[in-house]
Amino acid sequence: MLAWTIYLSFAGALLEALLPKGKSAPARWMALAVAVAGLAIGVAGFAAGIGQGRVTLIDLPWVPAMGIHYLLAADGISRVLVLLTGLAAVAGVLFSWNIELRTNEFFAFFLALIGGVYGVFLSFDLFLLFVFYEIAIVPKYFLIAIWGSTRREYAAMKLALYSFVGSAMVLIGLLAAYAASGSQSTGLVALAHAHLPVSSQMWLFPLVFVGFGILAGMWPFHTWAPTGHVAAPTAASMLLAGVVMKLGAYGCLRVAIGLFPHGLDPWGFSIIGLASWRDVFALLAIIGIVYGALVALAQTDFKFVIGYSSVSHMGFVLLGLVTLNQIGMTGAVLQMFSHGIIAGLLFAIVGRIVYERTHTRQLAELETMHLSRRLPFASWAFVIAGIASMGLPGFSGFVAELQVLIGAWIAKPWWTLAAGVGIVVGVAYTWRALQKAFFSDTPQTAHGLEQEHAHPFAAITWPEVTGTVLLAGVSLVVGLYPRILLDTIEPAVRALLAGGGQ
Amino acid sequence: MSGLPVLTLLTLVPLIGAAIALFSGKHARGVAILTTGASVALALLIWTQLPANGSIGLVELHPWAPSLGIDYHLGVDGLGALMLVLSAIVTLMSVDAAHRVHHQPGLYFALVLTLEAGLFGSFTALNFFHWFLFWELSLIPAFFLIKLWGGARRGPAATQFFVYTMAGSVALLIAFLAVFVATHSMDFAQLTALASTGALEQLVTAHLGPVMPWLAIGVLAGFAVKVPIFPFHTWLPAAYSEAPSPVTMLLTGAMSKMGVYGLLRIALPLFGPQIAAMRTPLLVLAVATVVMGAWASAAQKDLKRVFAYSSINHLGYCLLGIFAIAVPMNAWDTAQAASQAAALNGVILQMFNHGITAAALFWFVALLQQRTGGHRGIDDFGGLRKPAPVFAGLMGIALFSSLGLPGLNGFVGEFLIFRGVFSLSWIASTVSILGLLVTAAVILTVIQKVFAGPLPAHCEGFPDLHTGERLALAPVIALMLLIGLLPQLIVNSVNPTVQYLLAHWRF
Amino acid sequence: MNYADLFRVTLPETVLEIAVLLVLVVDLGFLRKAALNVRLAAAAALGVAGCVVSLAAVQLEGVSWLRFGAGGDGALLATGGFTSVAQSGILVLTALTLVLLFDSLFTRHIGEFVAVVLMAAAGGLLIAAAQDLLVIFIGLELLSLGLYILTAFAKSSGKSAEAAMKYYLFGGMSAAFLLFGFSYLYGLTGTTNLALIQYRMTLSGPSPLFYVAWILVVAGLGFKIAVVPFHLWAPDTYEGAPAPAAAFIASVSKVASFALLITLAMNWWLRPGGDLAADGHTLEQLLRGYYRTWPQLAIVLLVASAASMVVGNLAALAQSSVRRLLAYSAIAHVGYILLGLAAHPVFTGQGTAVAFNADSFFPELHTMGAVLFYVLTYALTTVGAFGVVAVVERSTGTDKLDSFLGLHKRNPLLAAVLLVLFLSLAGIPPLVGFWAKFNLFAAVLSLHGGAIPFSLVCLAIAMSAVSLFYYLQVLKRAYVMQPVSESRIEVHPITTLVLLAIAAAVVLVGCFPTLLGARIEGF
Repeated sequence: MLAWTIYLSFAGALLEALLPKGKSAPARWMALAVAVAGLAIGVAGFAAGIGQGRVTLIDLPWVPAMGIHYLLAADGISRVLVLLTGLAAVAGVLFSWNIELRTNEFFAFFLALIGGVYGVFLSFDLFLLFVFYEIAIVPKYFLIAIWGSTRREYAAMKLALYSFVGSAMVLIGLLAAYAASGSQSTGLVALAHAHLPVSSQMWLFPLVFVGFGILAGMWPFHTWAPTGHVAAPTAASMLLAGVVMKLGAYGCLRVAIGLFPHGLDPWGFSIIGLASWRDVFALLAIIGIVYGALVALAQTDFKFVIGYSSVSHMGFVLLGLVTLNQIGMTGAVLQMFSHGIIAGLLFAIVGRIVYERTHTRQLAELETMHLSRRLPFASWAFVIAGIASMGLPGFSGFVAELQVLIGAWIAKPWWTLAAGVGIVVGVAYTWRALQKAFFSDTPQTAHGLEQEHAHPFAAITWPEVTGTVLLAGVSLVVGLYPRILLDTIEPAVRALLAGGGQ
Repeated sequence: MSGLPVLTLLTLVPLIGAAIALFSGKHARGVAILTTGASVALALLIWTQLPANGSIGLVELHPWAPSLGIDYHLGVDGLGALMLVLSAIVTLMSVDAAHRVHHQPGLYFALVLTLEAGLFGSFTALNFFHWFLFWELSLIPAFFLIKLWGGARRGPAATQFFVYTMAGSVALLIAFLAVFVATHSMDFAQLTALASTGALEQLVTAHLGPVMPWLAIGVLAGFAVKVPIFPFHTWLPAAYSEAPSPVTMLLTGAMSKMGVYGLLRIALPLFGPQIAAMRTPLLVLAVATVVMGAWASAAQKDLKRVFAYSSINHLGYCLLGIFAIAVPMNAWDTAQAASQAAALNGVILQMFNHGITAAALFWFVALLQQRTGGHRGIDDFGGLRKPAPVFAGLMGIALFSSLGLPGLNGFVGEFLIFRGVFSLSWIASTVSILGLLVTAAVILTVIQKVFAGPLPAHCEGFPDLHTGERLALAPVIALMLLIGLLPQLIVNSVNPTVQYLLAHWRF
Repeated sequence: MNYADLFRVTLPETVLEIAVLLVLVVDLGFLRKAALNVRLAAAAALGVAGCVVSLAAVQLEGVSWLRFGAGGDGALLATGGFTSVAQSGILVLTALTLVLLFDSLFTRHIGEFVAVVLMAAAGGLLIAAAQDLLVIFIGLELLSLGLYILTAFAKSSGKSAEAAMKYYLFGGMSAAFLLFGFSYLYGLTGTTNLALIQYRMTLSGPSPLFYVAWILVVAGLGFKIAVVPFHLWAPDTYEGAPAPAAAFIASVSKVASFALLITLAMNWWLRPGGDLAADGHTLEQLLRGYYRTWPQLAIVLLVASAASMVVGNLAALAQSSVRRLLAYSAIAHVGYILLGLAAHPVFTGQGTAVAFNADSFFPELHTMGAVLFYVLTYALTTVGAFGVVAVVERSTGTDKLDSFLGLHKRNPLLAAVLLVLFLSLAGIPPLVGFWAKFNLFAAVLSLHGGAIPFSLVCLAIAMSAVSLFYYLQVLKRAYVMQPVSESRIEVHPITTLVLLAIAAAVVLVGCFPTLLGARIEGF
């Protein structure tokens, strides 16, 4: 049943492409219907899957000569991420309600991207996973190149090429693993059981991890992310930061760690304190957390602050993954979900609610606009989103970061301290952005007051309110009652740690 | 009574009130007064339901996220219940004092009530997750209360307050997570039990190596900012003076007690031996807080800053008592045990008394500001006892209580602390007396400058307290007198808890 | 051998020749005075009909060999198996190329054009079936001469003439080299049959002259497939030739040439073959001799493959003309395909292990299948691409990148076809280009040839990533950038239909590769 999320999205994309141009309303409503349907299926699948382990949805031979199957399955991790995709899709459509330029094509690309993402999360055949992963690249390019803003063509190309290079690395890994395991099958479970020799795993693991890590915004391959997020239109930024970066992290978990677990073993020697790939990637993750936060602190463009904060938060995900213990990895998956929601909310506020009205993202200009008075909804929504992003308890981010920190303690205590520094800097840049953009103290001039009355801001629309409430509400619910997701994630992580792709 | 989740109800009532107040516009203050009044009643009710042996009562326990050791675990003992009563009373006072909120009153009172809920939540929590949630979340309403209704330099003050406290909180969080890693528990009761047998340190060392002293420092860092402990106090004067006076009442009356409460609930029970090892430097810091607070208040010209530094000084006594207690206990050294009990009783009483007194003082400052068009400098007034004798009288009582005059509530706490600390560390107590002396000088100066002397022109026609204000302030002053004369009203309920705690703490 | 056999085996070529005659008679005889589009339609229809009948003839053949003389002397032509697959591909592509003729204005000599196309196709069919050096040369010349003529067909275009001249000179020279190389091979072994050459060279062992011969042969064949460093004719020819001719060169001649290369590979360096049990030599001696002599041929191809991948992709980055871009990308794709032909287990020394048996060599068959799949699907995609380019060229007058601006507004269907085809060339799933690459690389790696083929696979994948950039440049102009003119681009309905069919096939076979793969695996 969960497989229908994929089919519906692609069918929706095709129908959108065929809609007559010039009329935006049918395109929007169809997109919303498809997104909501996908979310509903995701929720139903999530509920139905509670207590179940991995459930195979469909298994058809595709190219029997090579052992490639059209194999879709869902375990706890998949279900949670499918849920995230559904939420991000609905919110994305809601926050794109005002798009007038080539609306049907926009939603066609949007739904195609969503379909690809659903596909990645539900694939349990490595070839199929790769196919969906690559399918997702092209819509991203067009979404940014056509409907984006600052330097969009450059950003779109950079993103497409970085993603493609990352997937090229994964392809090499896939081919090598397939060949090394005897060219029998590309199923994830089969490959995990193939017990590839440790020497192969030692170079396959970093190759595939970096390949997926590029898309996950791992330092130092993250530079596409801030540029891309800033250039993308709001819905695309929400999807990029919210869901697409999670594709990379998911790949790191499911493929790199799942198939090549011995790649994380100690090398037997150490260079500058690093004694295994685990140490290397933990270091890169931590640098990402701290560097992302520090750079966000220095930005003058509001959207760049959020863009770099995404890099910082994804660092938490990657750190959680390499802790290789139950709690750290559970935290990583929860952080994937949590950050997906929160980043979506942040980009929605900054891009759609603020930028569409103020036509500027420069903090210096926003400081003079007294947005707390003129856009109270946006201001308070950002307070909530900011709190959630900082990792304050009560929201999903706290529980996730809590688990990652615990996992880090168990693995290597100094990781926790470094991550803690990142959290503190996170507070600083979020609070700085909040103050400058919404609650600045610059005095009101008479001229300024005149201007405000002459050019009042457009009122908040119902799609904006609905989208905000949806995302903030989900983060709150998960933050207050984390079991709602943890009960599904924990068994799946346990199974993965026990024997790779069980 | 036994089946009703009173503690949950206590926290819920202000939240519901906040939601209603948000949309009540002009009537928000009325909603807030009703809500806080109900909270006071509930808190007093809880106060009467405490178990006699000083242990934790009114327990509510539900599993929440077992894999993370998170339970919905609420409960109060004498200490917690007293803090609940204090928070409720101080919030009621704050809402009473805020009768001229022009700008978005609905939001203002909603934030105040949310802050009250945060206070209640943190004083009733027995699981770290729950406690930390309210600890951090209460910063948000406090920040916005300062930021949106504060004085000229409110922006930097609010930001410094927020970021500083958050930084400390992160250190606290990380340290606590290490404890979780070792024990798989976030429950204060369980952890205290483990610590009292020394098992906690063993577990931590087994899992993580010799990190216990570092964890203790991390935990202390979190509280150091909140209490505050010198030299982490620099956020306080700015925040207290820029915040509108009713908000300052809340900050000094109740929020500052969260830090001390945390030291008593978390730091001392779990990290007793580590604190005992660091006792001397910590006492130095406590003494510095006391003395510096007093000295700095003497140098201020702004009444709010005078009282802000004075708050630091008064909380310093709590720190003095807390750190002095941390000596290895002998079961048969009854004198030492008695001193520790006295000090601890004093600390808890001081928390309550200072809360009431400081809140009252800032209320009076608010009244001064309102009646003279915003003036609050110490030199701006003079001879007010002529046009406003009742005002002078009531404020005088509050000031003397802050000074520590016997017969008023301020004396009792300080007396017990000094009595206990003197035999535990005579140097610290001796040096701290300096603080008492300087405070006395400051308070007397204030009295002299504000109430005595010539009446400046702009204070002509300074109206005295009208009936409403008298009705509002009188109970507070009466409380000060009551507790000053009959401290056993509180001590009888607090002392069992003190004995219970000391019996379970290990240094 | 008797003439009945000869006719049977060469039936497809014969049908094409008959079609040639028919076209010429109809066009120059009956339709002399008719309007251009009528003549066009007639000629194209006849040509397509001829291809269809020829296709039927190909299908009817089973696996067989045409031998010359009684026993012992080896085959001249083969039928069935992969030969028939390649021949079918050639015929289909020829038919599609002929359809592209609609609406083209470059010449009035329709009949002659179609006739030359069909004759060249016949040459291609011969090459695909050839098993003998002389037959190879005949087929190659038939194909090449036809292609030179086709390139020059746009009489009013100077570029066309220049391109044809370059192509002809270059081609003539490489043909000379090829013949020279062939003559050496004959001199060394005394036979022109491929299998016998291998057998006799194995027995006599390697000699320097043999490797010289091989280099010469590579020069000759490399020119045909436009591999580095024999690729210099390609950009000019692709740019100058009229669109259907360019499409033909890009597709059919590649398919034919690679079919030939597959034949060479299977006969020479991929399998010890010939008559192993004859002459009293033991199996072991033969295989040892084989390993000393033949697998090393592939090294030259590996170098050429790597060079083509790099040069082709990097040069394409700088192009502003879409035709030249397609030319350089063709060079790059040839690089990828050659990798499949050149990978051999010998590079890890595995092949020299003691356990010789025939079964251990079968994996190479799978690689050949992958190569054929890639060539066929690439050729199909290229025909489609040239079709789109031709339409745009006709409307805007030029094939520069900027003539594609705003294509999605001017003709959404055409833009969609362009999207599908170019993404397939870039290797984006679920299109067939991706599967072709994946299949090929998987097959190469499964040979366990060691570090060298593996690094080349890595290089290929990296270069594919580079290629995405320039394909996106074209798509960017079609979809993203603002158009200069918004007038509708008109396309002949049959052309639209054919382009849509090609795009659909690209998508369909990409999603269900076994549709084509099963047929290929059959051999």
